[in-house]
Amino acid sequence: MTTLELDAFATPLVGPLTLHCTAPCCTLAGPSGSGKTLLLRALADLDPHAGRVLLNGVEQRELPAPEWRRRMAYLPAESHWWADRVGAHFRTPDPGLLERLGFAPEVLDWEVARLSSGERQRLALARLLALGPQVLLLDEPTANLDQGNRERVEALVADYLSTHGALALWVSHDPEQARRVGSRHWHIGQNTLIEEAPGPWS
Amino acid sequence: MELIRLAPGDLGLAALLVLALAGVSWRLRLGLERRLLIAALRSTLQLGLIGVVLKTLFAIAHPTLVAALALGMLTAAGYEVMARQQRRFTGPWGMGIGTLSMFVSSFGITLIALLTIVQPTPWYTPQYLIPLLGMLLGNTMNGISVSLETLTQQVWRERGAVEARLMLGQGWSEAIGDLRRNALRAGLIPIVNAMAVAGIVSLPGMMTGQILAGSPPLEAAKYQLMILFLIAAGTGFGALAAVWIGSRRLFDERERLRLDRLDKRGLG
Repeated sequence: MTTLELDAFATPLVGPLTLHCTAPCCTLAGPSGSGKTLLLRALADLDPHAGRVLLNGVEQRELPAPEWRRRMAYLPAESHWWADRVGAHFRTPDPGLLERLGFAPEVLDWEVARLSSGERQRLALARLLALGPQVLLLDEPTANLDQGNRERVEALVADYLSTHGALALWVSHDPEQARRVGSRHWHIGQNTLIEEAPGPWS
Repeated sequence: MELIRLAPGDLGLAALLVLALAGVSWRLRLGLERRLLIAALRSTLQLGLIGVVLKTLFAIAHPTLVAALALGMLTAAGYEVMARQQRRFTGPWGMGIGTLSMFVSSFGITLIALLTIVQPTPWYTPQYLIPLLGMLLGNTMNGISVSLETLTQQVWRERGAVEARLMLGQGWSEAIGDLRRNALRAGLIPIVNAMAVAGIVSLPGMMTGQILAGSPPLEAAKYQLMILFLIAAGTGFGALAAVWIGSRRLFDERERLRLDRLDKRGLG
């Protein structure tokens, strides 16, 4: 099981936060501009920040940054692609993973420029999961998806978390989705994280 | 062959052409006439001044004076590289990256040329050192400023892609590798093209000067060839140094992309 600890962790908008998390999936909500994205970016060590964060007892600065980011993987709301073909963005493509997201293996030969926003979003998730991270920082991963694909992504992430013993921090604006995917629920407000009281669903 | 000396009146005739161009610019409302005249005036003053300075320097030829003039030229070139950047590195890096790269490449290559190829005595004889250094600085300056500008503009535009690569666990050097190659190519293409057309389309400046000054054309061609090779090497190694230092500076010790280390002063 994966544990995530924050110790006086602070970004310019949120913190200092001290918390301990072992729940497989925590959801994060809050108005736009409240600092959800900045928090996830700081956890992945993409922005300077204060305080400490430990993953399974290993502190962020003890690991080289690329190694940390492979373990604590951030999926931004908008994905970016640097090569012309989809396949060039995968080091070791996993056909099973692609299939579960609704793609045939030929997708690797597709041109990135011709992908729809929903296809991009699902492929970005596949690209991330192929690294085998221990923590998933998901920034509205289903925002551009229709219902069928949203269910695919939710099921795939749930399976990933249980088979890898991994942990997810899932930003979602949809309370229904938060209820479906998460076991703990956080709300960002007044520069801090407030945990919602466990509801009847938990 | 005796050098035909130019009288002030002869220069005045050439200057009239620039004045005519300024007139046309004013007539067509290009808005360039002020800058054109100021640039013409600047070049007159600067070249007149350097003529006097060199005359004195050649007469004295003291190594300290030669070094002082060389450093002055380097500083001016470093400032010029910075002034041409739309997104400059903040703090001392703004001028430092270009200046350091030119110092390494231009000074290094001038030194190699003087010690192993031209071999004047003493090696710092200003008649050789100053024109060689000037040619090298002037050309590496172009390559370095184009390379740095390409690097910073591209990384600004493609920050999302660079960060996406970081997020997927790539190191800073791999994440910016493509942009670094593009920046180097942009800086090197002009000198590669210049070598390819030298002697066919253009008679390069140094050769022209030597022929006008009465040198046999073949001697002038040999000097020009040496200069072209030196310039190509200087531009290449200078741009390499600048792009390497610049791209490293875009990331911090945790390999985060730090675009806050660029400012937008030049963009208005």
